[in-house]
Amino acid sequence: MERTGRASLLAGFLRQMGEVSILFAETFRNLFRKPWEKKNFLQQLEEIGARTLPVVSLTAAFGGLVFGLQTYVGFHRYIGHGSEAYGGPIISLGLTKELIPILVGLMVAGRVGSSMAAEIGTMRISEQVDALFTLGADPNRYLVVPRTAAAFLMLPCLTLFGDIIGILCGAFYNVTLMGVNGTVYIRNTLLYLQFWDVVSGLIKAAAFGILIAVIGCWQGLKAEGGAEGVGRATTRTVVIASISILIVNFFMSKFLPG
Amino acid sequence: MIRILDLHKSFGPKTVLAGVNLDIRKGETMVIIGQSGSGKSVLLKLLIGIMAPDRGEIRVDGTAVTSLRREDRLRVARRFGMLFQAAALFDSMTVGQNVAFGLERYTDLGPAEVAERVADSLAKVGLRGIERLMPHELSGGMKKRVGLARAIAYRPEIILYDEPSTGIDPIRADAINEMIILLKREMNVTSVVITHDMVSATKVADRLAMLYEGRIIALGTPDEIRRSPDPVVQQFIHGRAEGPITNW
Repeated sequence: MERTGRASLLAGFLRQMGEVSILFAETFRNLFRKPWEKKNFLQQLEEIGARTLPVVSLTAAFGGLVFGLQTYVGFHRYIGHGSEAYGGPIISLGLTKELIPILVGLMVAGRVGSSMAAEIGTMRISEQVDALFTLGADPNRYLVVPRTAAAFLMLPCLTLFGDIIGILCGAFYNVTLMGVNGTVYIRNTLLYLQFWDVVSGLIKAAAFGILIAVIGCWQGLKAEGGAEGVGRATTRTVVIASISILIVNFFMSKFLPG
Repeated sequence: MIRILDLHKSFGPKTVLAGVNLDIRKGETMVIIGQSGSGKSVLLKLLIGIMAPDRGEIRVDGTAVTSLRREDRLRVARRFGMLFQAAALFDSMTVGQNVAFGLERYTDLGPAEVAERVADSLAKVGLRGIERLMPHELSGGMKKRVGLARAIAYRPEIILYDEPSTGIDPIRADAINEMIILLKREMNVTSVVITHDMVSATKVADRLAMLYEGRIIALGTPDEIRRSPDPVVQQFIHGRAEGPITNW
């Protein structure tokens, strides 16, 4: 009985992985086919980029502040007074490679991924997705490709913006609020923060963008059962996308060079 | 024109279509009747290519469309127009954009010609000057008519109607029936209507087919169906709770 339950759980997991993989493959193939849904793509750039900017700014600012605070406490407590200026590179490295890409990914999963699932789920339930097909628009090209392409492009932009805000806020806490030597702090940061540290964070963000969009669209396209079904699709998108981001982040950290 | 051969479709353990066979002639209005949940909407979605059958074939003018690749299926969909049960208007677009949607994809018309065709299609369904309204500003009957205008705007050869009279009052339902008859006469389209409304069915049909337990159990003109000796058909067309149909 227990073995049957485990087997069906595994079968369900594999089926879902298969569904996402097929959707991803179809989306990737359609990315290079014309005609492109330019209007939808531009709308999604605005939705994912410009409209997510305030929440990303706030998250990055407080991420930078708290990371700056803990680094200051660490240096002050374990190495001693005056060593806090060496925290700059650590703050920058931690923010650009790990914290900001993850925070941006989680914020976008919550704000944009859920709205993708809700919008497409509502369209599916009210037969608008079927109507697209009857009117000559492939739902994958019309709905999934523009969202995935826009998320792939905008997540690195948001992350880069978040990196700058986070680093500035970390510096603000240490230099302005705690009186750390600004010249040494900035010199150390510029000396030890490498270009690749920033780029690897942006590569992660691009991967998170694809994950969020494909998961949000997948959940929306398979939504059924009225408003309750749309609600379930929205919740699942946030949960699955958030967990996937954390898992993929670990493996990318492990296998990306540097 | 359309030949449906041994069509099967299941969803998990539930069998919806279990070997449907039906010929639909060019220019006729075929009405498919049956209980709610009998698979009528699924049959329409299989016809237009939204869903793929588990087994069987659909031929349009001799071409087996069910075995076409998705890309080619989209091209075949150009020959069809579909009125959805709840109209399925795109709620983020205006009425005008909704009606223009298929035109912009299926034709090479310029913006001025598209606008003209949109106005003409809306006029055909008795709606003028509402291009700028949003779907949420329309009544149920208006939504259906806009859905119909959208379906006929690019002049398809075959129009599929999914429960055209459901959810609207009897007067508006009759107006939709009149429109189905008018469009057939003016545009010479082949129509497939699915409904469980017998008043609507007998009014618009050239022939009727009854879908029951996944198969077509009766086929004929409205008069022939009315005279059918089959107790299942009689129970359904007279809307009686007592009879061989017990799964209601």
